[in-house]
Amino acid sequence: MNRLTLIRLGVIVAFFGLLEILCRTGVISPFTMIPPSEMAIELWALIVSGEVARGMRQTLGNVAVACILAITVGFAVGAGVHALPRLRRALDPFLTTYYAVPFFVFYPLLVFIFGMNNFPMIMIGFLFAVVAMIINTLNGLDKIPRVYRKVARMHHMGRAKTALLIELPYAIPNLFTGVKLAVAYSFIGVIAAEFILAPGGLGYAISFAYDNFDNETMYALMLFILVLVTIINMSLHAYEQRLLRRQGR
Amino acid sequence: MAGTQTAYSRKDHERAERLRYFGDVALVIVGIVVVWQILHMLAGDVAISSPLATAIRAGELLGSASFWPHAAETAKALVYALIIALLIGIGVGTWLGAHKLSGAVAEPILVALYSLPKITLYPLILLVFGLGIEAKIAFGAIHGVIPVTIFTMNAVKNINRVFLRSARVMKLTAMQTATRILLPATMPEIVSGLRVGFSLTLLGVVIGELFSSHRGMGFLVMRAIGLHDVSTMMAVTLILAVAAVAISSILLYIDNRLHRRV
Amino acid sequence: MSHEVHARLEGVTRVYPAVAGNPPVHALGPIDLDLRKGEFFSIVGPSGCGKSTCMDVLAGLAAPTEGNVWFEDKRVHGNVPDGIGAVFQEDASFPWLTVEDNAAFGLRRAGVDAAEIRRRVDYALGFVGLKDFAKAYPAQLSGGMRQRVCIARTLVLQPRLILLDEPFGALDAQTRLLMGDELLKLWRETGATVLLITHALDEAAMLSDRIGAMSARPGRFLETVETGWSRDRDSRMLEGETFGHITGRLWQMLRSESQRAMGHEGGVS
Repeated sequence: MNRLTLIRLGVIVAFFGLLEILCRTGVISPFTMIPPSEMAIELWALIVSGEVARGMRQTLGNVAVACILAITVGFAVGAGVHALPRLRRALDPFLTTYYAVPFFVFYPLLVFIFGMNNFPMIMIGFLFAVVAMIINTLNGLDKIPRVYRKVARMHHMGRAKTALLIELPYAIPNLFTGVKLAVAYSFIGVIAAEFILAPGGLGYAISFAYDNFDNETMYALMLFILVLVTIINMSLHAYEQRLLRRQGR
Repeated sequence: MAGTQTAYSRKDHERAERLRYFGDVALVIVGIVVVWQILHMLAGDVAISSPLATAIRAGELLGSASFWPHAAETAKALVYALIIALLIGIGVGTWLGAHKLSGAVAEPILVALYSLPKITLYPLILLVFGLGIEAKIAFGAIHGVIPVTIFTMNAVKNINRVFLRSARVMKLTAMQTATRILLPATMPEIVSGLRVGFSLTLLGVVIGELFSSHRGMGFLVMRAIGLHDVSTMMAVTLILAVAAVAISSILLYIDNRLHRRV
Repeated sequence: MSHEVHARLEGVTRVYPAVAGNPPVHALGPIDLDLRKGEFFSIVGPSGCGKSTCMDVLAGLAAPTEGNVWFEDKRVHGNVPDGIGAVFQEDASFPWLTVEDNAAFGLRRAGVDAAEIRRRVDYALGFVGLKDFAKAYPAQLSGGMRQRVCIARTLVLQPRLILLDEPFGALDAQTRLLMGDELLKLWRETGATVLLITHALDEAAMLSDRIGAMSARPGRFLETVETGWSRDRDSRMLEGETFGHITGRLWQMLRSESQRAMGHEGGVS
């Protein structure tokens, strides 16, 4: 473990330590926030009772579906658009301003149309994640140096073989950046949807606890989501770094 | 002069290309409207209002007196949130970019914060700030501050050392170095951060308005849903989307101009 | 070295069509070139004169706008014929494969059997001096070594015509001269015809049987210089007088062309 990681751990510990002190001394009122140690204790109780597992299954299930859809559709659309430069130029302004639209406003509409089930949530997670994958696919495919296509032709390789055997392996580390973002955004989309309107899941559980003034449960679950998502994102990030390093970039 | 002059001048080609580009973009917009109309015909008025009906309703809203206070509320929250996000983001980002150790320590933490579903923190915000506009501003700000910080940090970190050396050789004062060299050099990246920050801040503000608010565009959407007023819901969404895209496009234009200059 | 024609460019021009706001570019020609079987031919000229385009057309990577391309008496048009290998200016080693997998790439595509692949890869890696790095990844190697990976990858296919586009561009001058010796060794042992594109006059003068001097864009051949070197040559020829004459002759032709390419009109003293 290197020096930087140690300092980082120190910063995080100091931050939570400060929160703990502020809560315990009453500077932060217990109606606003409970001390981190109590959050952890309550979380453990929830895990043991199986309540967390239930919500997690619902949330993670939706996230997984949204994410896989976003990655496959995003890659396919990205690869397709990349092959058609004129279409790409026309779509460019829409892709760049896509995330300006706060389309969580569509979520209530989706619930309205499809009912209060998993489908609207998966859709929102998908809509939020897919464009990040498309944009990163386009960027990744852009980065492929032109000389590789020449080499492919010197080896008498057709379009499909070139794409599969040369372009794809080259682009995979860059595409992985898109995967990383798709995962993060799927989480954000699904959890946000669960907050707004949902039949279940972790986000719903937090919102329910909030409405019932149940600070312990609420903070415990918040802590859980934060830790869970951070671990997932960090693992993906670490893997991405390894991929990039192996290829020397 | 090397190269051959052909019948077309470069200007003619550029003009033709630009016309074709705008034509293509218009085509995409038409395509979107067509898909919208088809969805409307499939799902019916109870679920999706037609493009025409939505546009008419949007026009009505824009003309009605009761609409604008809500728009103003959203705009106000957005502006305040942006200012806070910018001040904190540029301040912290500059420090992290200049102070190597802090920057190195902070970077993975910032990246982790960026991917967090910050909506998870919403109840905390509500508990701290209550149910008014302050909560919306805070929520918007925490969304926007991270990208601004990250982009600013990278901009400052990556200032070409040659610039600093040239400034010393030219015997510039600290103030001159900052305004004449550092500011223009970092501006493109900071504007990029601002563009991303704007989108996320708007997202935060609107999500904040979707629940636990009695004013603002997000509230209008929720109220329309409660009343089964599909055309109003879609009209407000449309107005929001168009405004967001317009502002984002302006920022994008500035972003591109700055980057091309460098 | 026979005078049998191995490859030929006949009245070839190449015009890049207009794209994205730029007018069409007349990059090359008209040029005529007869490559004799087994010879070492270099093309020299100022930047942007169309040397690389010439190579692309000869290899079948680009179709000529006018004129014909022949390789071994068959017409070449838009497809790369069998028996031609190319090493490009940019690093084209595959970063996701080891050095030996890089080298074996073409053979595996062609369905050659494993034992033969092993044999040829070992030989090629030994030839370019990368045997100890067979299991390394290109990211771990220097630029010059990565170019050698590309050369090995071309070698294993036993091409009869080898095209090289400024393969030593990124290397320092002394390394280039030594790599030139390596290239001569390669040429002698394979008996292939070699076409080298370079902007370095001394490199061309040292390595080639014949040198084609190309004008500024659109590239046309000004003159072809015969060096008359024996097949056994290497970089020590730099010491002789003839070398200086040849290089001087080339510069005489190319000086004003280079100025034109840089944007001055010819005739500036």
